[in-house]
Amino acid sequence: MAQKAIREFDAKSILAKHWDKYFPGFTYAYETIMVQNGSELTKAAKEKTWLKEKALVAKPDMLFGKRGKNGLVLFRDSKPGDVSLTKATSWIDEKSSEKQSVYFSFEGDTPNGEAKVDMLTHFIVEPFTPHTQEEEYYISATCVGDDDVLYMSAEGGMEVEENWDKVIEVAFPITATEEEIAEKIKKNIPKDVAKKDKEAFAEFAIGFFKAYRELNFAYLEINPFVLQGKKVELLDMVAKLDDTAGFMMREEWGDVEYPTSFGMEEKSPEVLAIEDADSKSGASLKLTILKPEARIWTMVAGGGASVVYADTIADLAGIEDLANYGEYSGGPTTSETKFYAETILDLMTRAKDAKDRDKVLIIGGAIANFTDVAKTFTGIIQAFEGYADKMKKVGIKIYVRRGGPNFEKGLKDIKEAADRLGLYIEVYGPQTHVTDIVRMALAK
Amino acid sequence: MAQLYTRDTQAIFWNNNASAIQRMLDYDYTIKRKKPSVAGIVAPTSSSKFDKFFYGPDEIMIPLYRNTTEAKAAQPQADVLLNFASFRTAYEVTMEALELGGFTSIMVTAEGIPERLARKMNATAREKNVTIIGPATVGAIAPGAFKIANIGGTIENIVQSKLHRAGSCGLVTRSGGLFNELSNIIAINADGIAEGVAIGGDRFVGSVFIDNLLRMEANPEVKYMLLLGEVGGTEEYKVIEAVKSGKIKKPIIAWCIGTIAKYYDSGVQFGHAGASANGDMETAEAKNKAMKEVGIHVPSSFNDLPEIISAVYHELHAEGIIKDIAEPSMNVCPTVRKSKQFICTISDDRGDEAHYCGYPISSVATPDTGFTIGDVMSILWFKKRYPRWAVDFLETVLKTVADHGPAVSGAHNAKVTARAGKDVISSLISGLLTIGPRFGGAIDDAAKYFKYANDNGMSPADFLNHMKKEGIPIPGIGHRIKSLKNPDLRVEGLKKFAAANFPSTPLLDYALTVEQLTTSKKENLILNVDGTIGILMVDMWRSLGYKDEEIDVFIDAGALNAFFILGRSIGFIGHILDEKRLAMPMYRHPMDDILYDVQKAEQI
Repeated sequence: MAQKAIREFDAKSILAKHWDKYFPGFTYAYETIMVQNGSELTKAAKEKTWLKEKALVAKPDMLFGKRGKNGLVLFRDSKPGDVSLTKATSWIDEKSSEKQSVYFSFEGDTPNGEAKVDMLTHFIVEPFTPHTQEEEYYISATCVGDDDVLYMSAEGGMEVEENWDKVIEVAFPITATEEEIAEKIKKNIPKDVAKKDKEAFAEFAIGFFKAYRELNFAYLEINPFVLQGKKVELLDMVAKLDDTAGFMMREEWGDVEYPTSFGMEEKSPEVLAIEDADSKSGASLKLTILKPEARIWTMVAGGGASVVYADTIADLAGIEDLANYGEYSGGPTTSETKFYAETILDLMTRAKDAKDRDKVLIIGGAIANFTDVAKTFTGIIQAFEGYADKMKKVGIKIYVRRGGPNFEKGLKDIKEAADRLGLYIEVYGPQTHVTDIVRMALAK
Repeated sequence: MAQLYTRDTQAIFWNNNASAIQRMLDYDYTIKRKKPSVAGIVAPTSSSKFDKFFYGPDEIMIPLYRNTTEAKAAQPQADVLLNFASFRTAYEVTMEALELGGFTSIMVTAEGIPERLARKMNATAREKNVTIIGPATVGAIAPGAFKIANIGGTIENIVQSKLHRAGSCGLVTRSGGLFNELSNIIAINADGIAEGVAIGGDRFVGSVFIDNLLRMEANPEVKYMLLLGEVGGTEEYKVIEAVKSGKIKKPIIAWCIGTIAKYYDSGVQFGHAGASANGDMETAEAKNKAMKEVGIHVPSSFNDLPEIISAVYHELHAEGIIKDIAEPSMNVCPTVRKSKQFICTISDDRGDEAHYCGYPISSVATPDTGFTIGDVMSILWFKKRYPRWAVDFLETVLKTVADHGPAVSGAHNAKVTARAGKDVISSLISGLLTIGPRFGGAIDDAAKYFKYANDNGMSPADFLNHMKKEGIPIPGIGHRIKSLKNPDLRVEGLKKFAAANFPSTPLLDYALTVEQLTTSKKENLILNVDGTIGILMVDMWRSLGYKDEEIDVFIDAGALNAFFILGRSIGFIGHILDEKRLAMPMYRHPMDDILYDVQKAEQI
């Protein structure tokens, strides 16, 4: 996936790093810190003296919004703006000590839908900035269709969604020049922006949009930012990077992390191992485990074919029976295919089917353009050899369908190997419709 | 343009992806194209001038270039760029080609080009009316005309899937892997495809479904279209609009894959980078439903696609819109081919009579043919027929350098060897082996250094300084005894010939200004015969229209020294025959002519 969410702390750090380039007329104190627990915060206060000197705000930095409505923004002890370092430390320790419920959607102040429950592991701590509602502004940018769109509003803060009709949208084609952009932004500053701030707002928006473009953000939002003359505070930020630009942005982005979102299941070691293999290979290896106890496992070549198989299994068997989604493509080597196959066989042979049926392994694929089928099947055969006993114990029926370079040899080899190892197998070539093996497997 | 490619379409292939290029040429041979579909290859890091590929059972050479600009200049007719650069450089390669112009379509294979760059590349191409296929694609095909790289897979699969000749379906898919599959399904259930494009799996691709379908609507060979979409994005809705507004009238069969995505969070990425639904409208189900509502043929699942294709095809066939296709004859590519170890581009001894570069020997040998030895040299050495003045010059050079008496080292060696009782060839070789930097080699170097100085606009004084810094005496300058007052008459003859016959002699003119400076320092520092020959050769080639790079290749290959070797062989053979006639005894050098100074070797 090309667009990846980053933490608020990282988003602010990236902007701070390039501040003078994009916002030369403004100052930003960049007083912000990310910690995982209270003691980290206490320790940090030795160097960052503002932690001791100023009133603080603390909140989780884990890719979810609506933190205020979830009661997860600490800005008051007995009254707003009186949070001390000690209080922040104890609050972070308290919030990170047990699982928290977080709602992602609200109607008014009432939660909507189900809460995700997970541990809070990352917090961002900043000085409390006394300011008036009038000083809060909203700005964001993203790509919509073929254009980049800049959103600006004088109504920043928690209620921006409710006041979405006051948000000004300005679209720019990718080929727009800096001059065209600057001119158009100046012409479209929201009416409600205070007169004294209008010029500064335009200047800031131009820099913001330039940073969005040049730093390869896929999404960039500051809500709100506070304008006090030429002094800017970034109270809350959300950002996504286009990670395909990573090779050009190594210096600009620095050491940025792409965390999994809150409430998402931790990736299993198997999935992490496949991701690692994928990152080291010129080929593509992908694996998502949907339901490890389910009966039908797929090992499908090709991004498109893998989706078609998943669709067909969901249609014909229902998603209850689908254990995984994944694909290998781009001509993986024999050893890469072997590793991929072993990973799936290992997961698949851990337990018998709850209803004691045979499990089904779909080794599917369309007609390859250039991947050598016999070569990839050699890797799968090698994995069979290691797992044959376990496979027989669990009971697995294998259905193969594939075409492309050297497919006759590949099919013959895999059939012979399965027969030799005493595994149940049926093999089909391009004359059989690509997903027909799913129907056949379910008919048994 | 209604057709993406024709049987005459030629491409420049960026990156020497040998197996993909070979697949294209196998396809060309199978469908009996007149010219290979790859006109040239851009191989930035290769120092070779061409690469060998099979064309059916034979081999052909495809030229290699260092960059797109060079390739396009040499192959202006090639209007397709196949950009196989990595995701790091694919953008720059495309932009360079767009800047150059002259390309109608550019295919980009890299997956994961930074989104912003991909968008800019696509927008720029759109402005310039260039069709981009990709990024992240396996390409496109116009069956029976032109095939990009690996699309369609092996040649067996291509014939199996009827991709070797035009059928009547226009196929557009996002997935490259399923492209082959659909071609196969269409071949089994209908009559194959007329044109097919895999638009690419990245979020931002150049030409989208609607671009390709509108072109196919205008292409009379296409009778109906098949669109395979995917969950994510709204491109299918543009097709729906075109059907509604009547812009597209031909029947469309369509299916969006990824109906499973609705069961899972957005956290599960199904298929390509572009495949992720933002909102209900982008789900596969919503798109399938919306397409069905405007009368597009939508099956109930991917599994039912074959039936619907068959139904649409047979209906159009029954209506007479689709006619039966006569299967064309094909060449069969041999499965076992052996690469040739040697290449010859100057002569050919197959057939009745041997040829020198296309001229049968009998047509150049006898005086009545009008060919002299200089003509034969020009065609065998330079693969061109030179005009008379140039041929005469070549012969003048040979005659001028044929001999220079018995005392020079090469002649001396030849004579000593002949007197030792060796045969003509051994004696000749022993003489030739002395030719090098100190004997005869000055021709090459004179040409090289004077050309370098002149090319770089050095004044004679600059040139002298430059050579001083390099620590090399100026090649082609200086003679043992001759001077301006006592000129070398061989040099005078060459200069006179050049003045009378060459269109111009800029390098000689420059060399003479250098000579003025050197002779003002010492009077025997004249332009000698080696220098004059080397410099006039450069002037000759320039007058004949050779480019500087080509002349540099001649010099680097040692072509100038070859004149000395060939000419002086005449003299050496004369000396050897002279020795044989005189039956001179074995030569032993007189001992009193040797200074003996031998110390006892010390023990270490």
